[in-house]
Amino acid sequence: MAEKTIEIEVLRYDPEKDAEPHFQTFTVPYVEHWVVLDALTHIKDEIDQTLTFRWSCHMAVCGSCGYTINGEPHLGCKTFIREFYPNKVRVEPLANFPIERDLVVVQDDFIDKFADIKPYIIREHHNTIEEGTYKQSRAELIKFKQYTMCINCLLCYSACPQYGLNQEFYGPANLAMGHRYNTDSRDEGREERMEVLAAEEGVWGCTFVGACSRACPKDVDPAGAIQQIKIAATNDWMKEKLMPWGKK
Amino acid sequence: MSRKPYVRPISKTWWLEKPEYTLYMLRELTSVFVGGYAVVLLVGLKRLGEGPAAYEAFLAALTSPLAIALHVLALLFAVLHSATFFLAAPAALPLQIGEEKVSPGIVAGAHYAAWVVVSLAVFGLVVWR
Repeated sequence: MAEKTIEIEVLRYDPEKDAEPHFQTFTVPYVEHWVVLDALTHIKDEIDQTLTFRWSCHMAVCGSCGYTINGEPHLGCKTFIREFYPNKVRVEPLANFPIERDLVVVQDDFIDKFADIKPYIIREHHNTIEEGTYKQSRAELIKFKQYTMCINCLLCYSACPQYGLNQEFYGPANLAMGHRYNTDSRDEGREERMEVLAAEEGVWGCTFVGACSRACPKDVDPAGAIQQIKIAATNDWMKEKLMPWGKK
Repeated sequence: MSRKPYVRPISKTWWLEKPEYTLYMLRELTSVFVGGYAVVLLVGLKRLGEGPAAYEAFLAALTSPLAIALHVLALLFAVLHSATFFLAAPAALPLQIGEEKVSPGIVAGAHYAAWVVVSLAVFGLVVWR
Protein backbone atom coordinates (compact mmCIF):
# COMPACT_ATOMS: atom_id res chain seq x y z
CA MET A 1 0.00 0.00 0.00
CA ALA A 2 1.28 3.43 -0.90
CA GLU A 3 2.46 5.62 1.92
CA LYS A 4 -0.13 8.14 3.10
CA THR A 5 0.75 11.75 2.32
CA ILE A 6 -0.63 15.19 3.13
CA GLU A 7 -0.26 18.48 1.27
CA ILE A 8 1.28 21.44 3.08
CA GLU A 9 0.66 24.79 1.38
CA VAL A 10 3.17 27.38 2.56
CA LEU A 11 3.22 31.12 1.88
CA ARG A 12 6.69 31.87 0.47
CA TYR A 13 8.36 35.26 0.24
CA ASP A 14 11.95 35.93 -0.76
CA PRO A 15 12.65 39.66 -0.33
CA GLU A 16 15.50 39.45 -2.85
CA LYS A 17 13.42 37.90 -5.65
CA ASP A 18 9.70 38.30 -4.97
CA ALA A 19 7.56 41.41 -5.38
CA GLU A 20 4.90 39.77 -3.22
CA PRO A 21 4.33 36.45 -1.38
CA HIS A 22 2.95 33.38 -3.17
CA PHE A 23 1.85 29.90 -2.11
CA GLN A 24 3.92 26.78 -2.72
CA THR A 25 2.55 23.28 -2.11
CA PHE A 26 4.67 20.46 -0.70
CA THR A 27 3.63 16.83 -0.34
CA VAL A 28 4.96 15.25 2.85
CA PRO A 29 4.42 11.86 4.54
CA TYR A 30 1.34 11.73 6.75
CA VAL A 31 2.48 10.71 10.22
CA GLU A 32 -0.29 10.69 12.79
CA HIS A 33 1.77 12.16 15.63
CA TRP A 34 3.31 14.93 13.53
CA VAL A 35 2.56 18.53 14.35
CA VAL A 36 2.74 21.27 11.69
CA LEU A 37 6.28 22.09 12.85
CA ASP A 38 7.35 18.47 12.09
CA ALA A 39 5.97 18.79 8.57
CA LEU A 40 7.84 22.10 8.04
CA THR A 41 11.04 20.56 9.39
CA HIS A 42 10.61 17.62 6.97
CA ILE A 43 10.24 20.07 4.07
CA LYS A 44 13.39 21.96 5.13
CA ASP A 45 15.45 18.79 5.67
CA GLU A 46 14.27 16.73 2.69
CA ILE A 47 12.67 18.94 0.03
CA ASP A 48 13.65 22.62 0.12
CA GLN A 49 16.29 23.87 2.52
CA THR A 50 15.53 27.52 1.70
CA LEU A 51 12.22 27.35 3.58
CA THR A 52 12.58 29.80 6.47
CA PHE A 53 10.67 29.62 9.75
CA ARG A 54 11.28 30.27 13.45
CA TRP A 55 11.15 27.49 16.00
CA SER A 56 13.02 26.36 19.07
CA CYS A 57 11.62 24.21 21.88
CA HIS A 58 8.93 22.10 20.13
CA MET A 59 6.91 22.05 23.39
CA ALA A 60 4.83 25.26 23.58
CA VAL A 61 7.23 27.01 25.93
CA CYS A 62 9.48 29.22 23.79
CA GLY A 63 6.76 30.95 21.74
CA SER A 64 8.82 30.95 18.52
CA CYS A 65 6.67 28.91 16.13
CA GLY A 66 3.50 31.00 15.85
CA TYR A 67 2.02 30.72 12.33
CA THR A 68 -1.33 31.24 10.70
CA ILE A 69 -2.58 27.67 10.19
CA ASN A 70 -5.66 27.31 8.00
CA GLY A 71 -6.52 30.93 8.71
CA GLU A 72 -6.15 30.86 12.50
CA PRO A 73 -3.14 31.80 14.66
CA HIS A 74 -1.65 28.68 16.25
CA LEU A 75 1.65 27.35 17.53
CA GLY A 76 3.21 25.03 14.94
CA CYS A 77 4.36 22.68 17.69
CA LYS A 78 0.89 22.35 19.25
CA THR A 79 -1.18 21.80 16.11
CA PHE A 80 -1.39 18.23 14.80
CA ILE A 81 -1.67 17.61 11.06
CA ARG A 82 -4.19 14.84 11.84
CA GLU A 83 -6.67 17.63 12.70
CA PHE A 84 -6.75 18.48 8.97
CA TYR A 85 -6.02 15.15 7.24
CA PRO A 86 -6.95 14.23 4.49
CA ASN A 87 -7.39 17.93 3.68
CA LYS A 88 -4.33 20.07 3.07
CA VAL A 89 -2.76 22.32 5.69
CA ARG A 90 -2.22 25.97 4.75
CA VAL A 91 0.61 27.65 6.68
CA GLU A 92 1.13 31.43 6.52
CA PRO A 93 3.12 33.88 8.65
CA LEU A 94 1.31 35.49 11.60
CA ALA A 95 -1.12 38.16 10.42
CA ASN A 96 -0.66 41.87 11.28
CA PHE A 97 3.16 41.74 11.09
CA PRO A 98 5.38 42.52 8.07
CA ILE A 99 6.90 39.40 6.48
CA GLU A 100 10.70 39.26 6.68
CA ARG A 101 11.01 36.01 4.69
CA ASP A 102 8.66 33.03 4.24
CA LEU A 103 7.09 32.36 7.68
CA VAL A 104 9.33 34.76 9.59
CA VAL A 105 7.71 38.07 10.61
CA VAL A 106 9.25 41.35 11.78
CA GLN A 107 8.68 41.59 15.55
CA ASP A 108 10.41 44.93 16.19
CA ASP A 109 7.22 46.88 16.92
CA PHE A 110 6.15 44.42 19.61
CA ILE A 111 9.60 44.30 21.21
CA ASP A 112 9.98 48.12 21.33
CA LYS A 113 6.59 48.46 23.02
CA PHE A 114 7.41 45.61 25.41
CA ALA A 115 10.24 47.73 26.84
CA ASP A 116 7.89 50.73 27.23
CA ILE A 117 5.56 48.94 29.64
CA LYS A 118 8.45 48.20 32.03
CA PRO A 119 7.92 44.45 32.44
CA TYR A 120 9.86 44.09 35.66
CA ILE A 121 9.36 44.77 39.37
CA ILE A 122 9.90 48.42 40.25
CA ARG A 123 10.71 49.27 43.89
CA GLU A 124 11.05 52.62 45.61
CA HIS A 125 13.11 50.93 48.26
CA HIS A 126 15.21 47.86 47.55
CA ASN A 127 15.61 45.48 50.45
CA THR A 128 19.11 44.79 51.63
CA ILE A 129 20.16 41.17 52.14
CA GLU A 130 19.67 41.67 55.90
CA GLU A 131 16.10 42.93 55.34
CA GLY A 132 15.34 39.71 53.45
CA THR A 133 13.19 38.78 50.45
CA TYR A 134 9.89 40.36 49.48
CA LYS A 135 7.28 38.05 50.97
CA GLN A 136 4.17 37.19 49.03
CA SER A 137 1.19 35.07 50.06
CA ARG A 138 -0.29 32.39 47.83
CA ALA A 139 -3.46 34.47 47.44
CA GLU A 140 -1.34 37.42 46.24
CA LEU A 141 0.47 35.16 43.76
CA ILE A 142 -2.75 33.71 42.33
CA LYS A 143 -3.93 37.24 41.50
CA PHE A 144 -1.40 37.61 38.68
CA LYS A 145 0.00 34.11 38.06
CA GLN A 146 -1.94 33.44 34.84
CA TYR A 147 -0.36 36.51 33.19
CA THR A 148 3.13 35.17 33.90
CA MET A 149 2.36 32.23 31.58
CA CYS A 150 2.70 34.49 28.49
CA ILE A 151 5.39 33.18 26.11
CA ASN A 152 5.35 36.22 23.75
CA CYS A 153 4.32 34.02 20.83
CA LEU A 154 2.33 36.92 19.30
CA LEU A 155 -0.70 34.78 18.43
CA CYS A 156 -2.83 37.37 20.24
CA TYR A 157 -1.48 40.19 18.02
CA SER A 158 -2.23 38.10 14.97
CA ALA A 159 -5.81 37.49 16.18
CA CYS A 160 -6.43 41.16 17.09
CA PRO A 161 -8.08 43.19 14.29
CA GLN A 162 -7.47 46.41 16.22
CA TYR A 163 -3.69 45.87 16.13
CA GLY A 164 -3.97 45.14 12.40
CA LEU A 165 -5.84 48.39 11.79
CA ASN A 166 -3.90 50.59 14.22
CA GLN A 167 -0.24 49.77 14.74
CA GLU A 168 0.09 52.48 17.40
CA PHE A 169 -1.90 50.17 19.70
CA TYR A 170 0.25 48.47 22.34
CA GLY A 171 -1.62 45.21 21.84
CA PRO A 172 -2.79 42.30 24.01
CA ALA A 173 0.37 40.62 25.35
CA ASN A 174 2.14 43.87 26.26
CA LEU A 175 -0.88 45.28 28.11
CA ALA A 176 -1.43 41.96 29.92
CA MET A 177 2.22 41.99 30.97
CA GLY A 178 1.78 45.53 32.34
CA HIS A 179 -1.22 44.29 34.32
CA ARG A 180 0.85 41.34 35.57
CA TYR A 181 3.32 43.71 37.27
CA ASN A 182 0.64 46.19 38.40
CA THR A 183 -1.16 43.39 40.28
CA ASP A 184 2.04 41.98 41.81
CA SER A 185 2.05 42.84 45.53
CA ARG A 186 5.85 43.33 45.45
CA ASP A 187 5.69 46.02 42.74
CA GLU A 188 5.57 49.78 43.30
CA GLY A 189 5.74 50.96 39.68
CA ARG A 190 2.02 51.18 38.91
CA GLU A 191 1.98 54.97 38.51
CA GLU A 192 4.76 55.14 35.90
CA ARG A 193 3.43 52.08 34.08
CA MET A 194 -0.10 53.56 33.87
CA GLU A 195 1.28 56.47 31.81
CA VAL A 196 1.61 53.99 28.95
CA LEU A 197 -1.17 51.53 29.82
CA ALA A 198 -3.89 54.19 30.29
CA ALA A 199 -2.95 56.17 27.16
CA GLU A 200 -4.99 56.31 23.95
CA GLU A 201 -2.69 53.75 22.29
CA GLY A 202 -2.72 51.72 25.51
CA VAL A 203 -5.88 49.99 26.75
CA TRP A 204 -8.18 52.47 24.96
CA GLY A 205 -7.01 51.11 21.61
CA CYS A 206 -8.83 47.91 22.58
CA THR A 207 -12.51 47.48 21.64
CA PHE A 208 -12.85 44.10 23.38
CA VAL A 209 -13.13 41.87 20.34
CA GLY A 210 -11.83 39.13 22.65
CA ALA A 211 -10.07 37.21 19.85
CA CYS A 212 -6.70 37.54 21.66
CA SER A 213 -7.86 35.47 24.62
CA ARG A 214 -9.38 32.79 22.41
CA ALA A 215 -6.12 32.55 20.42
CA CYS A 216 -3.85 32.36 23.47
CA PRO A 217 -2.22 28.90 23.75
CA LYS A 218 -1.40 29.47 27.44
CA ASP A 219 -4.82 30.69 28.76
CA VAL A 220 -3.44 34.09 29.72
CA ASP A 221 -6.67 36.03 28.90
CA PRO A 222 -5.15 39.34 27.78
CA ALA A 223 -8.64 40.70 26.93
CA GLY A 224 -9.63 40.32 30.59
CA ALA A 225 -6.44 42.04 31.75
CA ILE A 226 -7.10 44.98 29.41
CA GLN A 227 -10.68 45.46 30.66
CA GLN A 228 -9.38 45.42 34.24
CA ILE A 229 -6.82 48.12 33.38
CA LYS A 230 -9.63 50.17 31.77
CA ILE A 231 -11.58 50.02 35.04
CA ALA A 232 -8.45 50.94 37.05
CA ALA A 233 -7.65 53.83 34.67
CA THR A 234 -11.23 55.12 34.92
CA ASN A 235 -11.08 54.98 38.73
CA ASP A 236 -7.77 56.89 38.63
CA TRP A 237 -9.33 59.55 36.38
CA MET A 238 -12.40 59.95 38.60
CA LYS A 239 -10.27 60.25 41.73
CA GLU A 240 -8.06 62.87 40.08
CA LYS A 241 -10.78 64.97 38.36
CA LEU A 242 -13.78 64.58 40.62
CA MET A 243 -12.09 64.15 44.01
CA PRO A 244 -8.89 66.21 43.82
CA TRP A 245 -8.86 66.36 47.61
CA GLY A 246 -8.49 62.56 47.68
CA LYS A 247 -5.22 62.74 45.77
CA LYS A 248 -2.23 61.82 47.83
CA MET B 1 21.80 41.44 2.14
CA SER B 2 19.08 44.01 1.97
CA ARG B 3 15.84 43.79 3.86
CA LYS B 4 12.46 44.35 2.21
CA PRO B 5 9.72 43.41 4.67
CA TYR B 6 6.37 42.83 2.97
CA VAL B 7 3.30 44.39 4.58
CA ARG B 8 0.09 42.57 3.70
CA PRO B 9 -2.91 44.84 3.06
CA ILE B 10 -6.02 44.44 5.24
CA SER B 11 -9.23 44.09 3.24
CA LYS B 12 -12.15 46.41 3.98
CA THR B 13 -14.28 43.31 4.60
CA TRP B 14 -11.91 41.79 7.22
CA TRP B 15 -14.84 41.59 9.61
CA LEU B 16 -16.63 39.14 7.31
CA GLU B 17 -13.68 36.76 7.18
CA LYS B 18 -14.20 35.10 10.57
CA PRO B 19 -17.50 34.48 12.43
CA GLU B 20 -16.00 35.89 15.66
CA TYR B 21 -15.18 39.18 13.88
CA THR B 22 -18.67 39.37 12.34
CA LEU B 23 -20.30 38.78 15.73
CA TYR B 24 -18.07 41.52 17.16
CA MET B 25 -19.16 43.98 14.46
CA LEU B 26 -22.82 43.08 15.07
CA ARG B 27 -22.23 43.78 18.75
CA GLU B 28 -20.70 47.16 17.88
CA LEU B 29 -23.77 47.85 15.71
CA THR B 30 -26.07 47.27 18.70
CA SER B 31 -25.06 50.71 19.99
CA VAL B 32 -26.86 52.32 17.01
CA PHE B 33 -30.12 50.60 17.95
CA VAL B 34 -29.74 51.20 21.69
CA GLY B 35 -28.94 54.88 20.96
CA GLY B 36 -31.83 55.11 18.47
CA TYR B 37 -34.25 53.77 21.03
CA ALA B 38 -33.05 56.34 23.56
CA VAL B 39 -33.87 59.05 21.00
CA VAL B 40 -37.41 57.60 20.57
CA LEU B 41 -37.90 57.80 24.36
CA LEU B 42 -36.65 61.41 24.43
CA VAL B 43 -39.03 62.37 21.61
CA GLY B 44 -41.86 60.73 23.60
CA LEU B 45 -40.89 62.79 26.65
CA LYS B 46 -40.92 65.96 24.57
CA ARG B 47 -44.38 65.12 23.14
CA LEU B 48 -45.63 64.47 26.68
CA GLY B 49 -44.48 67.95 27.67
CA GLU B 50 -46.38 69.42 24.73
CA GLY B 51 -49.72 68.20 26.03
CA PRO B 52 -52.14 65.23 25.79
CA ALA B 53 -52.92 65.61 22.07
CA ALA B 54 -49.24 65.56 21.07
CA TYR B 55 -48.59 62.55 23.31
CA GLU B 56 -51.59 60.61 21.90
CA ALA B 57 -50.31 61.30 18.37
CA PHE B 58 -46.87 60.01 19.41
CA LEU B 59 -48.41 56.80 20.82
CA ALA B 60 -50.46 56.34 17.65
CA ALA B 61 -47.33 56.71 15.53
CA LEU B 62 -45.70 53.90 17.54
CA THR B 63 -48.40 51.44 16.45
CA SER B 64 -47.53 51.70 12.75
CA PRO B 65 -46.08 48.48 11.21
CA LEU B 66 -42.78 50.26 10.53
CA ALA B 67 -42.49 51.41 14.17
CA ILE B 68 -43.28 47.88 15.41
CA ALA B 69 -40.72 46.33 13.04
CA LEU B 70 -38.05 48.80 14.23
CA HIS B 71 -38.90 48.03 17.86
CA VAL B 72 -38.57 44.28 17.28
CA LEU B 73 -35.20 44.87 15.56
CA ALA B 74 -34.05 47.16 18.40
CA LEU B 75 -35.13 44.52 20.94
CA LEU B 76 -33.13 41.79 19.16
CA PHE B 77 -30.02 43.96 19.09
CA ALA B 78 -30.53 45.01 22.74
CA VAL B 79 -30.79 41.34 23.75
CA LEU B 80 -27.60 40.54 21.77
CA HIS B 81 -25.85 43.47 23.47
CA SER B 82 -26.92 42.44 26.98
CA ALA B 83 -26.25 38.73 26.49
CA THR B 84 -22.72 39.31 25.20
CA PHE B 85 -22.08 42.04 27.79
CA PHE B 86 -22.83 39.71 30.71
CA LEU B 87 -20.87 36.90 29.08
CA ALA B 88 -17.84 39.23 29.07
CA ALA B 89 -18.35 40.32 32.68
CA PRO B 90 -16.15 37.63 34.31
CA ALA B 91 -13.13 38.81 32.26
CA ALA B 92 -13.51 42.40 33.45
CA LEU B 93 -14.53 41.52 37.02
CA PRO B 94 -12.52 38.51 38.17
CA LEU B 95 -13.38 37.42 41.70
CA GLN B 96 -10.99 35.73 44.05
CA ILE B 97 -11.96 34.51 47.52
CA GLY B 98 -8.82 33.76 49.51
CA GLU B 99 -6.75 31.41 47.38
CA GLU B 100 -9.64 30.37 45.12
CA LYS B 101 -10.72 32.07 41.92
CA VAL B 102 -14.50 32.20 41.53
CA SER B 103 -15.55 30.33 38.38
CA PRO B 104 -16.37 32.64 35.44
CA GLY B 105 -19.64 30.72 35.05
CA ILE B 106 -20.79 31.86 38.50
CA VAL B 107 -19.94 35.52 37.79
CA ALA B 108 -21.71 35.44 34.40
CA GLY B 109 -24.59 33.40 35.85
CA ALA B 110 -25.17 35.94 38.63
CA HIS B 111 -25.34 38.71 36.04
CA TYR B 112 -27.81 36.74 33.91
CA ALA B 113 -29.94 35.97 36.97
CA ALA B 114 -30.04 39.66 37.95
CA TRP B 115 -30.90 40.53 34.34
CA VAL B 116 -33.88 38.12 34.34
CA VAL B 117 -35.12 39.35 37.75
CA VAL B 118 -34.93 43.04 36.77
CA SER B 119 -36.53 42.34 33.36
CA LEU B 120 -39.41 40.45 35.03
CA ALA B 121 -39.86 43.30 37.55
CA VAL B 122 -40.04 45.88 34.75
CA PHE B 123 -42.39 43.64 32.76
CA GLY B 124 -44.59 43.23 35.84
CA LEU B 125 -44.68 47.00 36.44
CA VAL B 126 -45.81 47.62 32.85
CA VAL B 127 -48.39 44.82 32.68
CA TRP B 128 -49.90 44.87 36.19
CA ARG B 129 -49.71 48.52 37.14
